[in-house]
Amino acid sequence: MARRQLLIALGALVVVVLVLENTSQFRNAQFAAMAYYAIAAGGLTVLTGLNGQLSLGHGALMAVGAYTTALMLQDKDAALPLVLILVIATVVTLVVGALVGVAAARLHGPYLAGATLALAVAIPGIPLYFSETLGGEQGLNVRTPPIPDWLADAVFFVTGQDLTPIRYLAYLGWLGVIVVFVLLANLSRSRVGRTWQAVRDDEVAAELAGINLGRARVLAFVVSAGCAGLAGGLMALSARLAAPSGFTLTLSLLLLSAVVLGGLGSLVGALVGAALLTFLPQVVTGFGEDAGLTDVQAAQLAPLIYGLVTVLVVLLAPAGLAGGLRKLIQWRRST
Amino acid sequence: MQQLLTTALTGLTLGMVYAAFALALVLIWRATRIVNFAQAPMAMITTYLALVLIDAGYSYWLGFAVALLSGLVLGAALERFVVRHVEGKSEVNAVILTLGLFIVLHALAALIFGSRYRSFPAPFGLRGFQVGDTTIALTGFGVFTIVAVGVVLVGLVLLFRGTDLGLRMRASAFNQEVSRLLGVKVGRMLTLGWALAALVGSLSGLLIAGGGLVHPSYMDGVVVYGFVAAVLGGLDSPVGAVVGGVLLGLSLSLVSGYVGSELVPLAALVILMAVLLGKPGGLFSHVRERRV
Amino acid sequence: MKRWSKAGALVLVAAVTAACGAGGRPDDAEPGSTVGITDTTIKIGAHFPLTGVAAPGYSEIPSGHKAYYDYVNAHGGVNGRKIEFVVRDDAYNPTNTSQVTNELVLNDEIFAMVGGLGTPTHGAVVDFLNDSKVPDLFVSSGSLQWGDDPKEKPFTFGWQPDYEIEGKIIGDWVKKNKPDAKVGLFLQDDDFGRDGEKGARRYLDDQIVAVAKYSPGNTDVAPQMAQLQAAGVDLVLGFNVPSYTALSQLVSLRIGFKPTWFYSNVGSDPTLVGALLARFSEGAVTDGASLLDGVLTTEYLAGVDAPDDPWLKLWQKVWSEHGADGDLTNYRVYGMSQAYTFVQALQAAGPNPTREGIVAAVEKAGKSFEGPAVAPFRFTGKSHLGVSGMSVVEINNGVGEEQTPVLVTDIGDAPIKEDESASKDSPPANGIPNVKPAE
Repeated sequence: MARRQLLIALGALVVVVLVLENTSQFRNAQFAAMAYYAIAAGGLTVLTGLNGQLSLGHGALMAVGAYTTALMLQDKDAALPLVLILVIATVVTLVVGALVGVAAARLHGPYLAGATLALAVAIPGIPLYFSETLGGEQGLNVRTPPIPDWLADAVFFVTGQDLTPIRYLAYLGWLGVIVVFVLLANLSRSRVGRTWQAVRDDEVAAELAGINLGRARVLAFVVSAGCAGLAGGLMALSARLAAPSGFTLTLSLLLLSAVVLGGLGSLVGALVGAALLTFLPQVVTGFGEDAGLTDVQAAQLAPLIYGLVTVLVVLLAPAGLAGGLRKLIQWRRST
Repeated sequence: MQQLLTTALTGLTLGMVYAAFALALVLIWRATRIVNFAQAPMAMITTYLALVLIDAGYSYWLGFAVALLSGLVLGAALERFVVRHVEGKSEVNAVILTLGLFIVLHALAALIFGSRYRSFPAPFGLRGFQVGDTTIALTGFGVFTIVAVGVVLVGLVLLFRGTDLGLRMRASAFNQEVSRLLGVKVGRMLTLGWALAALVGSLSGLLIAGGGLVHPSYMDGVVVYGFVAAVLGGLDSPVGAVVGGVLLGLSLSLVSGYVGSELVPLAALVILMAVLLGKPGGLFSHVRERRV
Repeated sequence: MKRWSKAGALVLVAAVTAACGAGGRPDDAEPGSTVGITDTTIKIGAHFPLTGVAAPGYSEIPSGHKAYYDYVNAHGGVNGRKIEFVVRDDAYNPTNTSQVTNELVLNDEIFAMVGGLGTPTHGAVVDFLNDSKVPDLFVSSGSLQWGDDPKEKPFTFGWQPDYEIEGKIIGDWVKKNKPDAKVGLFLQDDDFGRDGEKGARRYLDDQIVAVAKYSPGNTDVAPQMAQLQAAGVDLVLGFNVPSYTALSQLVSLRIGFKPTWFYSNVGSDPTLVGALLARFSEGAVTDGASLLDGVLTTEYLAGVDAPDDPWLKLWQKVWSEHGADGDLTNYRVYGMSQAYTFVQALQAAGPNPTREGIVAAVEKAGKSFEGPAVAPFRFTGKSHLGVSGMSVVEINNGVGEEQTPVLVTDIGDAPIKEDESASKDSPPANGIPNVKPAE
């Protein structure tokens, strides 16, 4: 089991290197974005799909990770190694996630959705209030830390190309994706994952079986919060900024719709959702402009499509794209 | 002293608007046990329709009437054709559906009406009342807001308690099976419930827009505050929605005036969590929550 | 068997990744970069708020640019090159600006960014532009960071008068003309507001009794106005965008707050604010523009309220020949004026412009550019700050009536002087500048 996962992970690494080395800087930046969306979506799909907790506040948790990262990079001479910074950002968000999770564990359905919605709207107000340290509306600028020499040399040795800052971030992001997804996959298949599903499916039966509902729910929340924190840190590095305007309600809603589209509970679905979030807007906006819309109008086509497909998925195919595909494959196999 | 009065009056008028939105949420919850997060963009769209008419030169009141009417139609259409399919099934799916509608309606409005910030008129004047030397921060429009929501509340109470139709709607919400057996056309009652709720939501959209700037996201904050107000009063109680709205409006206005307007959403979150963890049914609830 | 497949996989991985070492070096780090330039075209672009809270007014600036570039292209372009101007919307949201700038620099491959708008927004991308060595010319914002430290940001140049000198000139005027006024500040909560406050405090520190800040995006300014009212303020200095001028006026009506208003030129266009306000009431406020009577502000460009000014005549001509729908507004005049300066910069860069070359040209020749601004630029090797002065005007009936001659100063403790030299410049006959290549 573990060996198979290791092979998949190595294979994924190879694909990542191939793709990143052979595409333009702009595409690299897009892939970096897809990476952090995938990490956030992965955590959210496990929380909502496996454990049944609907969170509209993961954009706010990404903000926690982003601001932590930004704060640690303010003094560029004294900065810690980048990987350590991201780990710290993840841990801080884990703690916040625990606090939120404890409060959220007693809520369900629309109450949980509403409370996390309020969280999503409330958290961006905090940096506005503490604008001295947290930058206010302008946010905190994040200067990409210099690439460690040994890494730049190693990459040049292997690939023959210089490692640009953008590509460095993309590598970092995708490494994160691979690590996080391996972890999440293991969790899902383990006893913990089964516990989560039990809590989702039938609370009473689960408690009768000796499962502590609160603890299971908080754990799921904490894990997904950690993912959001890491994603937020990577986002701050890619956007070179941590500002309240980056963490609107729309971000949380888009994350949720990406997860639904891909299929609740499916990590592959999370990747699909992240890809859609990153690449669909440009494609669709291009169509819109060709069809005669102004560029501002065409920019609305992407969210329109997300929303429409989300609605359609809920109505017609609740298992999402990945689930639908799986069913199709199974049906093909059985006939 | 003036600042306290100004703050309180601002809170009262704003609270009435939250109350109207909370009313809309409560109506839908009672009918179909769904929290309609898409109520905000629905109200935004009907307000834009009014704006289109007003821009074309028609009177504010015509725009007002059209907004309310289109709210009725929009609510009915959404329930009948979209939401019907998830009623009674998984809670998670229903929430995701309304969120999907939220995104769709938002994008449609921005596409059709544009994303620019536009000003929206308000009847009855925008100057505060002069009493001697001081100005009271209550405008004609503010009074209109309070009166309008009060009238709607009274109307709804009369409808539900006093008419046959109201009885049938309450029965459908209480127990669909039995009501059907008794000959109530449950489907139509549910549609009517959504239509009425959307009408109230449109009213809140118009009241917020008056004397301010309108843009596709202008109602988004209200969905949170309306939800908190509804939970505060009890999702099952229309009177609770109004009381919750006013209380919330006052509290938030105090926070805004004396602490900082950036922390208002956080204050709303704190109030919400206090209610949900302390008295989950809200102030006016009769329903006891099932605890495991 | 199992050991083989593991080792085999590792070898495969190493081989494949070694095999993709076939790329060349990216070419944008060489001296004399000509990204975005061909023999017949030059591509420039910028981010603007086409939607969002800052869009009223500012969304029109790019149309001014485009009209003027089309005019110049119709006359053969600059050194045979036609100018292409790419505009991308960031909705005044700094996170979007980051994304959009990535697109402009990496995807559209612009030669230079011209006129990127907004203090909080451009602040998010200025480091990236400098690190990528993209000329960042004539930022549409008066923050000091575009020009006070050319060592840190060698590729960035301001254009309009910065907020500190505006604050100084306003502060000095208030001190001389209203020495007993209780002054309150209404500030956007970012460098725009902070720089304005810095300038004003040099002269008014003892007169300022209250400071209220707002975040763009939160349109409820009642707490701020109530705060100023409670402090007994009778003169408000506003460093805010136009939507907030309208909002502050509206809220003050409601709470009966009637100070003297002094708005930065950023937010004081009477036509725009009047249009925003006119809608706001039925009966109570019939004429939005008249709400602004008696409001003080500053001016450094002739506006549409002065149709006989020779520059206005040129802009009208350009707009009627090449403009999009709608009338000429002050924001379009701003855009055209910036575009005029860019054409001068491009000419100064010589027949074969490069990114580094245009930056050097502006430093050498920028001070002597003659243009529509009433005061000269301050571009040198030591300062990349823009227009050096303005005059104070009072708005009546939508027209700005001059209260002072053109006052010129610099940041820090430079004194304020009168200087009418640049206000007499008129445009060349064909409306296109004629700047010699800088040495």
